[in-house]
Amino acid sequence: MRMMNLKRFFSRPAVDAELAQELEAHLQHEVDDNLARGMNKDEAVRRARVKLGSVRRVRETVWEKNSMEWLETVLRDLRYSIRTLSRTPGFTVTAVLVMALGIGTNVGLFTVVRSVLLKPLPFREADRLIQLYEKSPNGAREYNYIAGGMYAAWKKAASSVEQMAIYGTDSINLSGTGGQLPEKIRYAECSWNLLPMLGVVPEVGRSFVEADDRREAAATVMLTHSLWVRRYASNREIVGQTILLNAKPYTVIGILPAWFEYPDTQTQLWAPIYHEQSSEMMQSVEMHNFFVVARLRPGATLAQALSQADTAEKQVHAAHPTPSTANGASARTLLDGVVHDAKATLYTLMGATSCVLLIACLNVANLLVARSASRRKETSVRAALGGSRWRLLREQLTESAVLATAGGGLGLLFAWLGTHWLVQARPEMARANAIHMDGIVLVFGVGVVAGCGLLAGLIPSLSFLRGPLLESLQDSSRAASAGHGRVRLRRALLAAEVGLTVMLLTCAGLLLKSYNHLRSTDLGCATQNVMTMRFALPHARYNTGVKVAAFYEQLLPRLRALPGVKAAGVVTTLPGQGYGGDSRFMLAEHPDFAGGVVQDAIVRGADPGYFSALQIPLLNGRFFEDHERLTDARSVIVSKSFARQYFGDDTPLGKHILIKDFASVPPEGFEVVGVVGDTLWALTEQDKAMMYFPLYSGGWTNASIGVRSDGDVTSLALPIQKVLGELDPDLPVSDVLTMDQSIGRSTMDASFTSSLVLAFAIIALMLAAVGLYGVLSYIVTQRTSEIGIRIALGAQRGAVLRLILSDGLQPAWLGLLFGLVGSGFAVQLIRTMLYGTRALDWVLFAEVGLVLSFVAAVACAIPAWKASRIDPMEALRTE
Amino acid sequence: MMETKRPATGEMLQGTLDMLILRTLVMGKAHGHTIARVIENTSDDVLQVEQGSLYPALHRLEDRGWVNSSWGLSENNRKAKFYELTAAGGKQLVAERKRWQEVVAAIGRVLDQAAE
Repeated sequence: MRMMNLKRFFSRPAVDAELAQELEAHLQHEVDDNLARGMNKDEAVRRARVKLGSVRRVRETVWEKNSMEWLETVLRDLRYSIRTLSRTPGFTVTAVLVMALGIGTNVGLFTVVRSVLLKPLPFREADRLIQLYEKSPNGAREYNYIAGGMYAAWKKAASSVEQMAIYGTDSINLSGTGGQLPEKIRYAECSWNLLPMLGVVPEVGRSFVEADDRREAAATVMLTHSLWVRRYASNREIVGQTILLNAKPYTVIGILPAWFEYPDTQTQLWAPIYHEQSSEMMQSVEMHNFFVVARLRPGATLAQALSQADTAEKQVHAAHPTPSTANGASARTLLDGVVHDAKATLYTLMGATSCVLLIACLNVANLLVARSASRRKETSVRAALGGSRWRLLREQLTESAVLATAGGGLGLLFAWLGTHWLVQARPEMARANAIHMDGIVLVFGVGVVAGCGLLAGLIPSLSFLRGPLLESLQDSSRAASAGHGRVRLRRALLAAEVGLTVMLLTCAGLLLKSYNHLRSTDLGCATQNVMTMRFALPHARYNTGVKVAAFYEQLLPRLRALPGVKAAGVVTTLPGQGYGGDSRFMLAEHPDFAGGVVQDAIVRGADPGYFSALQIPLLNGRFFEDHERLTDARSVIVSKSFARQYFGDDTPLGKHILIKDFASVPPEGFEVVGVVGDTLWALTEQDKAMMYFPLYSGGWTNASIGVRSDGDVTSLALPIQKVLGELDPDLPVSDVLTMDQSIGRSTMDASFTSSLVLAFAIIALMLAAVGLYGVLSYIVTQRTSEIGIRIALGAQRGAVLRLILSDGLQPAWLGLLFGLVGSGFAVQLIRTMLYGTRALDWVLFAEVGLVLSFVAAVACAIPAWKASRIDPMEALRTE
Repeated sequence: MMETKRPATGEMLQGTLDMLILRTLVMGKAHGHTIARVIENTSDDVLQVEQGSLYPALHRLEDRGWVNSSWGLSENNRKAKFYELTAAGGKQLVAERKRWQEVVAAIGRVLDQAAE
């Protein structure tokens, strides 16, 4: 019935045209009849017309019959609004752009938040998947890696869990075949049941079975879809063939589906964990290297699983009370585990965009208020002619709805472009591949548009929802000032805008300061003009210490001989590039240190020339010497914090350290021969005690090269790789970066967030400045005759300028005050994202205040200056 | 020719005009002018059909699916819109006729009774 009504409504013109023809025909027939009755032509027509009456009335009746009142009204309002808006194109375009900016940023960010944080993971019954963690022994980390032995204990104890699986990630060398270069890629090893538990079905071939997941089983591997496409050209024949990983043959048994990009987009291969790792590693409760995923039984809760795991953990700890054994467990949902790092960033950005949206709405409302002020007379006349407030409100709302819809359409385009850019710029962000606009986002967008339209429409309507409408008709046209109420309203809006802008500026300033602080943190070594790259010597070809040591001993002279190389060094992990690894140890001369409890510190292997190559200062003793190799490698160099922590004011030189986890240890321990400056293993972390061992001992197969040069160091990348290729053609390198780029990579998150928030703050500042300018221009226009009178009566132009300027800056000061107070609260929320900067940084607040005052002053200066230039004669003449 | 002033059909109930139109169309397709003339002639000019009520009524009947319309040539070789009865329209006519008779009988009873 409704559809028929709508159809009839829209076919009214067609029906009317037909009816006109029908009525014309009827008239003609009547004339024919009259002629047949014997009348002459004129009389026939006259009588026919008289008999038939008004054609127009009939048409009107039929037209009205097909009309729908409410739809008529809406369409009419719409047409009127569009006509009105197109008469002032400048205003319309500005308002639409402002709305588009606000709506676009919000919808874009909501897309990201929804896709990353709110949408469930693409696994089977993903809401029952959880991750279990160990709490690190010294309490430093809540969600620490898991030891293989603990996993085994959990499996037995957790009855509220239907299935449990373990996995770990590492790097591996993929040998070159068929003319392709060897590559170092990230791979994951998992228990055979992980993929079935997640509901992952291979695209080609088969998944792992229990028989594959044993140390003695044949080596099997599954490829991810992206690796299969990139390296094997989607050739299905690869299944069943052998590939070389770390120079060992593995049979490809299956290809994973394209949507499976867990735990991140860099992981390219999967292998069974009990085959890859030694049984010692998988049974140890002290070596924490893995992750555990579990599926809850239907009806079981996360808390139940956690308490069971925790109990099991404490039992194991009681049985093996070493400091490396964890004492507690923690858990969270799998979704939480995947997106946890992105949460703070995304929520901060969401807060920022909401501020921008609010400012945009206030700005548009301000603009609309100005317009309604200039149409005051029109409004009053309409009210006098019988227009109701409701009618006026409806028109205002229609106008703002049209603006909001146009802005929303454009904003959606911005949002779509923005999310695409984001996925390109940060492909490694958690779940970046899942960012799509879907139905919920569109609903959100529509909601935002509606909200904006309503807000921007109601605010200007406030003035005629209350109070007399006919007031302005009584105003004399020479009134000195007009529309007090409206001016107050506009000032209030401005103050709110400025306040929000100040809050955004302080947050942006803090984030920027924090990022700069991070970026300029001293790593403890040279960072300019240093080229780095990593490689790993595969055990299959370098199965003795002699071969390993020989490789390094050949590598270093060749590196130093390259033209342009000032210094070169090799170490297992460079500063700022990660934890590397640690080891337990005891001090031979102080067995009772810390009550006889075994300590741990970060370990590195370094060549004799490493420290000077990277300009790490020698504080005491000496560097390694070339003859300290293989079994002669009995010395250790410690970092400053190690010396301070374990030896206090005594010199550590000559003391001995007993290492727990090395394959071969000299009986009396390693002798401390030198103390070097501290280096950070990550920019955001504190100094931690570090021990360096001679690289030539032959026990270190993972290494990073650091090459320092005087000039541009990027040109050395290829020559260095060539040198490596000469020594071993099948050795892939990875992470070819300068030290600066490497630092940039690790601060990318902070850089990204601070840049975005800064961009939003600048947009907000521009909007606020435009708003200030607009309001003051309007005030000046309204007060033109008053100013003219003042000047005519002898006021100095300078005094007029100051008068107007202080008038215009009032809302700015007020807004600044509110903004600073609000900032005090807002910065508490972003405290977790700040490094080395206090949240309540008074200097920054003062700087923001200055910036805002300056911008406000500039924005107000122009209309104020125009006011001081008013020609009194002109002002008094024009009305 | 003198025009006798008769009560116009506008004073009749809307549904009655519908019924008369449907009855007229039982005899075949006709266009608006013909329908009006037939009603006037058959009622000996007692019922005068104004085009002001005729055409809205025809459109109403068409909306409800009781008549179908099509353009054609009239007896005077003019283009005119012809209306014809549908099956549903035929049923509607029977129903309305029955209702009319009930109403007439009821009014008659009241009048006769009042006369006593």
